[in-house]
Amino acid sequence: MEEQFETEYGPKWSDQRVERMLGALVVGVVGLLLAMIVTVFVRAWPSFSHNGLAWFGPGGNVDDQLNAIFLSGQNGLEYVYTFHGWPLIWSTILITGGAVLIGLFCALFVAVFIVEFAPEWMTNVLQPVIRFLASVPTVIYGLIGVVVLVPFIGNHLVTEPQKASVAGVISLTGYSLLAATLILTVMITPLMVSIFSDGLRAVKPGWLEGSLALGVNRWRTTWKIGVRSARPAIVAGTVLAVARAIGEAVMLAMISGSVGFSPNPADGLIFIYEPSRPLAPTIVKNIDQLSSPPANATLFAIAAVLLFSAATFSFTGYVARRSMRKYGTA
Amino acid sequence: MLLLRDRSGKDKGAVEGTATWAPIDRLGLAICWTLGLLFCAIAVAIVVYLLVQGIKFLRPEMLWTPAAAGYSEGETGGFSDALFGTMIVAVMGIALALPIGVALAVWLVEYGRPAGLARVTEMTIEAIAGIPSIVLALFGTVIFSSTALGFLSRTSEGVVFGRSFFAASAMLSLVALPLIVASTREGLNSIPRHVREASYAVGKTKAATTRRILLPTCRPQVTTGAMLGLGRIIGDTAIIVVLLGATQNFAPVEGVGFPFDYLRGAGTTLTNFVYEASPTGNLNQPQKAYAAAFVLLLMVLALNAAVDVVHRRARKVGTWSH
Repeated sequence: MEEQFETEYGPKWSDQRVERMLGALVVGVVGLLLAMIVTVFVRAWPSFSHNGLAWFGPGGNVDDQLNAIFLSGQNGLEYVYTFHGWPLIWSTILITGGAVLIGLFCALFVAVFIVEFAPEWMTNVLQPVIRFLASVPTVIYGLIGVVVLVPFIGNHLVTEPQKASVAGVISLTGYSLLAATLILTVMITPLMVSIFSDGLRAVKPGWLEGSLALGVNRWRTTWKIGVRSARPAIVAGTVLAVARAIGEAVMLAMISGSVGFSPNPADGLIFIYEPSRPLAPTIVKNIDQLSSPPANATLFAIAAVLLFSAATFSFTGYVARRSMRKYGTA
Repeated sequence: MLLLRDRSGKDKGAVEGTATWAPIDRLGLAICWTLGLLFCAIAVAIVVYLLVQGIKFLRPEMLWTPAAAGYSEGETGGFSDALFGTMIVAVMGIALALPIGVALAVWLVEYGRPAGLARVTEMTIEAIAGIPSIVLALFGTVIFSSTALGFLSRTSEGVVFGRSFFAASAMLSLVALPLIVASTREGLNSIPRHVREASYAVGKTKAATTRRILLPTCRPQVTTGAMLGLGRIIGDTAIIVVLLGATQNFAPVEGVGFPFDYLRGAGTTLTNFVYEASPTGNLNQPQKAYAAAFVLLLMVLALNAAVDVVHRRARKVGTWSH
């Protein structure tokens, strides 16, 4: 009784006070995010302002440029900022795009399977499996990629003539777009499956019954009515997966090959065996260079690009999920 | 889709067979089965591969021997510092993220005024969930290299090192935060209004209701969120590589006293150890990498199992609706 009395009237836990305290915390967290965005862009500004839009364009060897930037700051020379990031951006687009496309296809079928067609024992196996795959640390995926997938690609898939044909330009060792894309697909598909299947489960039964009553079979009902009504969930899951894939740093640093090279699809199928390095792993690989001011600005510029694109994608996902609530499928 | 196939499994009714389907539909179902089995196979392959390699290379003494410099894998010790490091960042990260996450969720569900701020907060949490951890890590270097926070890490000749367990745990707590908020919100939202009204009717304040009734009720969800967050924290590598230091041992900073000296210093975790010991890392000791990855995987599996148990218990207790 006494305690209740105290919580009711005591000045320490009065309602207004608690609300104000929680509100202050909320404002603090929002402020922290704003501070982070501002800090990253302010730190990145020298790199962007020196390069202009050429920052995003091609030109020269990006690894040499990064090295020159680092050395200029380290040796007290006049700061060099010249940086043309296209190879890194192109690599990010290829790996992320490839993984998300394959992942989207797989995740749709697996989600439909789990929600609708799998026998009960299979659902009971698949759901923990998907949850497990989503929770495996990325560094373990990276390790398995390095010791299993990369040697397999290097020794069995890439042929000697193929290696010889590009010998002067780049060496094909198995650290490749293919390896990076496959492992990334396994990493992001579980995320998509869980969001897709939530969306599919929330489809109004009446809509499906209507279709079934018209004599449409279960398979077509699921795809024409179920999957279409769950479209917001599919958009949300996909963009969240893109955001996750763009930001993946450590796993890709291990298996993408870590060369500032842009694989060219015009070369034919061989381009999937070529190494490259996306944006996020570039930060990990050059993290020791933070002490050099121009290198610091360049790395923060890369972080700013990542932050901007990831934020755009997660915002799209947020909007998509809000609209989901409107249709009652969330 | 309850009506297409009854989930409870009690009353299946007549479900049409696939015999009448067009070939293309049956092909689709075959793709479903193939992909489903493929993902099961991938999961089994990962576990079995690491299990075999782990049993082959894990020696018990690795768990209590710190890493050392040496020429062969026999001389370089184990990864006890990494194991302790993982535990330290897990405890500190969750200790920071749990209260903040629960408080944010309570504010969002129970207060949420003004509405504009609530929406901004929702978006903020969504954004934090989407920010790549490498960007969080870089932001961390700015915060913790400032002289004001110099006491949290090593300082030499006026330059703040900015790498310590404090720095890494603080940033890792941001990784766990969105999961805790989402899970706690779900729990609070599932409690019907009449429970709150009953509490107000007997004279409890909103704060007392939250503390004595709502939070205890949604404890399973809070626990689930915390464990999911924990999984993220122990699995994160980028923040550790950037904010904990490029060392495989504890590097305590002399000064304040026993626990703080270690927490102020640089260190390592299992993820960082696997990264460095993999064939692409600086140490290049694949056998130790397998062993450490195996230990890490066991932790993740244990966490997953724990989440399952909490889920099942929460379901057994039942829901409010009848």
